[in-house]
Amino acid sequence: MATNDALTATEHIHHEAAQQQRGVMVTKTEDFGTDLTTLNLGPTHPATHGIFQNILQMDGEKIISGVPTIGYIHRAFEKIAERRPFYQITPLTDRMNYCSSPINNMGWHMTVEKLLGVEVPKRAQYIRVIMMELARIADHLVCNGILGVDTGAFSGFLYLFEERENIYEIYEEVCGSRLTTNMGRVGGMERDLSPVALEKLRTWLKRFPAVMREFQNLFDRNRIFMDRTINVGPITAERALNYGFTGPNLRAAGVDYDVRVMNPYSSYQDFDFEIPVGTNGDTYDRYLVRNEEIWQSLRIINQALENLPEGPYHADAPHYYLPPKQEVYRNMEALIYHFKIIMGEIDAPVGEVYHSVEGGNGELGFYLISDGGRTPYRLHFRRPCYIYYQAYPEMVVGSTLSDAIITLSSMNVIAGELDA
Amino acid sequence: MTDLNTSPAAQAKAADYVKAHAAISNEQLLARLHGLFGADTFSDVEEPYGLLTATVSRHRIHEILDVLHGEKELLLNFLTTMCGVHWPERQGEELSVVYQLHSMIHNIRLRLKIFFPIADPVVPTMTDIYATANWMEREAFDFYGIIFTGHPNLIRILNVEDMDYHPMRKEYPLEDGTREDKTDLFFGR
Repeated sequence: MATNDALTATEHIHHEAAQQQRGVMVTKTEDFGTDLTTLNLGPTHPATHGIFQNILQMDGEKIISGVPTIGYIHRAFEKIAERRPFYQITPLTDRMNYCSSPINNMGWHMTVEKLLGVEVPKRAQYIRVIMMELARIADHLVCNGILGVDTGAFSGFLYLFEERENIYEIYEEVCGSRLTTNMGRVGGMERDLSPVALEKLRTWLKRFPAVMREFQNLFDRNRIFMDRTINVGPITAERALNYGFTGPNLRAAGVDYDVRVMNPYSSYQDFDFEIPVGTNGDTYDRYLVRNEEIWQSLRIINQALENLPEGPYHADAPHYYLPPKQEVYRNMEALIYHFKIIMGEIDAPVGEVYHSVEGGNGELGFYLISDGGRTPYRLHFRRPCYIYYQAYPEMVVGSTLSDAIITLSSMNVIAGELDA
Repeated sequence: MTDLNTSPAAQAKAADYVKAHAAISNEQLLARLHGLFGADTFSDVEEPYGLLTATVSRHRIHEILDVLHGEKELLLNFLTTMCGVHWPERQGEELSVVYQLHSMIHNIRLRLKIFFPIADPVVPTMTDIYATANWMEREAFDFYGIIFTGHPNLIRILNVEDMDYHPMRKEYPLEDGTREDKTDLFFGR
């Protein structure tokens, strides 16, 4: 069940040849008159949880090499962004990691604010933190729930999805939509937290910990779950860094890199929380790290809600932030600004910005070159999934197919973010 | 999991470590880079929004990243991201590749750029230093047609294989230029 060393395909062949030379009996499938099997895992296999393909070379049930093929939902966001005013790029970011859209939205807004030099008031920053941490919880819930499904336990997934639904209802109160949220604006939020939203948030905060504990009771020390996940799909810290891992997958390997702590944005320095790290970088560690991050996110949300400052929920930046609609009908300046913003006639300053946030899967970066026009000259998304998914063949070679499936789900590869 | 390092000794050790690896300023970073590679290696040095940016020659970029990867003082050994950029107006240096390095110990970032002519879009690969460069370079090849010599598998990654152009180059408009139904008399498209 558990794999020993992840060998590359060539190493594997050399390894077997060496064993044969040493006189170790190696049972090869060819001995029984069969050949290696080529298995096409995906693009629409239910266990891949997204559209990407892996062509696996199998010896019996053992994987000896894998070739990932991606790009099935490539939508050329970087190209589209070169023709769009800044506020119209937010809906594109929704569709990257669609399990935690608010983080993408707000990461993009903060990038533009950095370029424009807009200072966002404390209340808006705290609301952003609350929404981003809710999104992180929703993201981790999906990942760990699905990991349960892939190891053969469906019920935990159902318990968690009820809670994800509740999070989506909070999103609905805050921004009007659920999955692709397009939440907030450049300069802050588009509306304040309504009493209903606060009520829903408080109810959820009371309700959720018990559900989470129940889920962890089902899985954390479950013998079957542990046997299926410990030492499965491991990666060392050194290899993970070389592969550009960030986020929970890197922390599971033992590196405590978290953008929220290293380069605090949106007032994360005000909150008291810890970065959980694992030791082996295997599937079980990734699972535990995500669970612990959910608890830490809850801590952050509670602190932010308790200390939610009074004041405006958006920056005083009339050139970039839409005026209230009533004003547009009555006030000439408001009408002009509304018109110019909507038509994308506001020029941005010349500049080159890199801003990164801690997304659900790691460092989500926006590299923006502005030549002073209404659209970005070049916008590059640093998508954590895209960067760490290339390590997948190395992580699964030498293991069995069933282990490869749960390694994939524990890495939380989101096809939208992978392909952009 | 989180209580491993709470003993006073461990905390003192951690504090010493943090002091010894206190944040390096951009000036110190630049001075160290000049010491390692010579001051004339880096041109157009600037700090947009606090991130040290410099342009180097494409013939030296591999050496620079290789040395920085093993260098023990700066520890700039994490390749955060890498992407191509197309500048059609710049004669003789139409294409560019931007590398962004990060030192997780000192929390300092460095952005290095190389420029080269579109007629000769050949640059060395970084896959021998960073495994993560593999797909990043394939993406830059796919989007801009940049050839990375020594790359183990330089094929398209996001676009279809039989595509015969590199779509992120500026000469390819996003929309079909012949369409008239989307023309806007006042604001253009």
